[in-house]
Formats: sequence, C-alpha cells, structure tokens
Amino acid sequence: MSAQYHLSDELLLSYSAGTLDEASSLLVATHLALCPHCRSRNLAADAVGGELLDALPPAELSPGLMDSVLAQLGGRDQAGAAKVAVRRSDIVIPEPLRSYLGGDLGALRWTRVAPRVQQIAIDIPGCRARARMLRFQCGTQVPAHGHSGRELTLVLSGTLHDRDAVLARGDVAETDEHTEHQPFAGPEQDCICLAVTDAPLRFKGAFARLLQPWFGI
Amino acid sequence: MVAMDNPRSDRSATPDILSDCIVRIAAQQDQAAFETLFKHFAPRLKSYFIKRGGDPALAEEITQEALVALWKNAEQFDPAKASASTWIFTIARNLSIDRFRQARRPSFDPNDPAFIPDEEEPPDRKLERAEAEKNLREVMNSLSAHEKSILMLSFYENHSHGEIAKRLGLPIGTVKSRIRLAFGKLRAALDAQSGVRP
Repeated sequence: MSAQYHLSDELLLSYSAGTLDEASSLLVATHLALCPHCRSRNLAADAVGGELLDALPPAELSPGLMDSVLAQLGGRDQAGAAKVAVRRSDIVIPEPLRSYLGGDLGALRWTRVAPRVQQIAIDIPGCRARARMLRFQCGTQVPAHGHSGRELTLVLSGTLHDRDAVLARGDVAETDEHTEHQPFAGPEQDCICLAVTDAPLRFKGAFARLLQPWFGI
Repeated sequence: MVAMDNPRSDRSATPDILSDCIVRIAAQQDQAAFETLFKHFAPRLKSYFIKRGGDPALAEEITQEALVALWKNAEQFDPAKASASTWIFTIARNLSIDRFRQARRPSFDPNDPAFIPDEEEPPDRKLERAEAEKNLREVMNSLSAHEKSILMLSFYENHSHGEIAKRLGLPIGTVKSRIRLAFGKLRAALDAQSGVRP
C-alpha cells in the first residue's frame, strides 16, 4: 500500500527549488522513493523551476565562452545497460536514507534515549536541522517534546497514532511550534521512523512562511 | 531589479526544438544541437547562478560545468517526462547546492530494490499529463511581469516578503497579495498535473 499522508506543497517546492536543508531533503527524498503520487507532484514542481529558468533575463556572456565549453566536450558517459531492479519487500530502509545510515535495519546500532525508545543521530556536516532515526517499542507513548520549529516524521515501519491519524510506512507528519500532540506507537510492532527537526534559523528566507497562509499547511 | 516586462521576447527556440537538441546529442553527439542549446541556456544559466549567490565570474564557471554535464548526461534526458528547460534546471539546481551550499542533495534511486515504482499509467492519464504540462506553461506565461519577478525572488533566492517589497519598491501588502495570486495560479496547475482533483 502506498503512502496516505503526503508532503506539503511547501516542502515539495523548496526541495525542488534547492532551498531546503539537507536533513529535510533526506526525508523528502526518502518519502519520494515510497510514494509515486508525490513523485508526480515533484515532476510538476521541477517544471515550475524549468519555466522560471526559461523566463530569466539572459545575462551577457564573456566572449569566447562557447569555444571554451566546446573545447571541454569529450566523450559522453556511456549509459550502462539499464539495470532492472529486483524489487524486494524485505528491505525496510530505502535509498537515499540507507546510504546515510550505512545499511538496512539489521546493520543499525541504536542508542537508548528513554525507556522503550532508541535513536540513531544522523550526522550531516554543515546542516543546522537534525535528522535522527527513532525506534519506539510497540505501544509506547512518544515522550513529550517541544516543538521550537518544524518537525517532520516519516514512518518506515510499524504505525504511529497521531491525533486522529494512523501513520504507516511511507506516511509523513509535519508539525510546527503550535502543534501539541502526544503520538504513540501502534501495538502490532515497533515503530521506526525518521525525524527531522528544524533549526531556529532554517527558514531565514521564509519561502515556507510565504506560502503557509494559502497553501493551508 | 532587472527589467522583466517581456522576458520571453528574446526566446531563441521553442521547447520542442530544444528538447530535440538534447535527444540529438544523446544519439549522435551532435555539436550543432549543442550550440543551439548553448545559445538559449548559457545566458539564462549565468543569470540563475548569479541569483543563487555567485559573482559573474563564478556564475560563468558553473554555467560551463552545467553545460558540460548536459553534454555528458544527455542520455539520461527523457523527453516524455520533462521539457529541456526542466531537465537543465535540475542540473543547475543540483550544481548550485553543491557549489554554493557545499551540501549534498539527497535524491531517490529508481534502481533501489526498496523503491516503489509508478503504477502503469493508462493512456488517457498520459494525455492528461501532457495537457497539464501545457497548462502549467500557459499559467507561467500568463503571469504578469511583477508576479514573475516575485516568484523568482522567492523560488530562486528565498527572500522574505519584506525583502521582496524593498527590492521592488512596493508596499508589503501589495507584495503579499501578488504572491498569493501567483502561487494560487501555480497551485492549480500543480494539482492538475499531479491528477489531484480540487
């Protein structure tokens, strides 16, 4: 079953524009791997970028730039024979997240942060937003935590009950500093998710805030 | 602020011609096709990299990189999926993240065994998508020069509306309502393209 809770327009557009931080982009890209619906929206967002590029006023080029580029054109990268991927349902963590973690679930080394809660911090140099894997034992109430900024959660395994919603594999929850909630892991199995928390200055340019009132985020 | 009254007046080639040029590079390393693409995109790419924070010399250096990448990776271009401008935009965007932010841009891998592939699209859905893409282009074209400048400032340069108001010499209320209008139109086009019914 594919995801039911999707990326907001704001996240998708800033990912496409290239203005989203790396940690949040990691979550967006991992959701996209699991969600054909949002991949289609992502293509549309890229098309907006393409149209905007086309509409930019052309800048004047230095003389000789074309010759300089032509001189750099060598052979092209040969596309390898198209690999037909063998789909496997036993891999829990899709790319690009798996590479950031260095392996699938079995290879992970968890650290206990609270009773029944474990985590793995993902180190992203130069990124103010923080990404981490969280594992809640089934039925665990997520510990109270402050929302000083935006928090993104992508469920990868198990379920997370958040207010009226039940989030399952591939689903995204997006909360801000106004959100008060106490989600809990479903009773069936441990809930494993990727969580990204905002750094205070991340939306300095405020593209997100610009869109918020009418995109209804 | 640059003049934007008629940003398309100097348009040198139609989307179809440009798309065909990339296909010709992929098929036969066609240098004439590359020159057509260069003439259209090099000045716009330089403009883009300046907007993303480069000085003119650096912008030109990255423009060269983007165009060489276009040549090298032409086989990855799928004219059924994206226009030439869209594909080249993604190359430019990834380079700007790499060069200006010194960050990586994580992206999904369709060859990953855990990747969930698209469902086979019925033929009428494909037609719909082509139609929606045309709509998007029309919506973009129908935006006023001001709406377009505002979109660029927020999409490319990530400015706050206060900063945009300052740069355009407009009251902040006007900027807000223009942004609302521009994104409202885009939003409708985006939804149409992804098949979301309002």
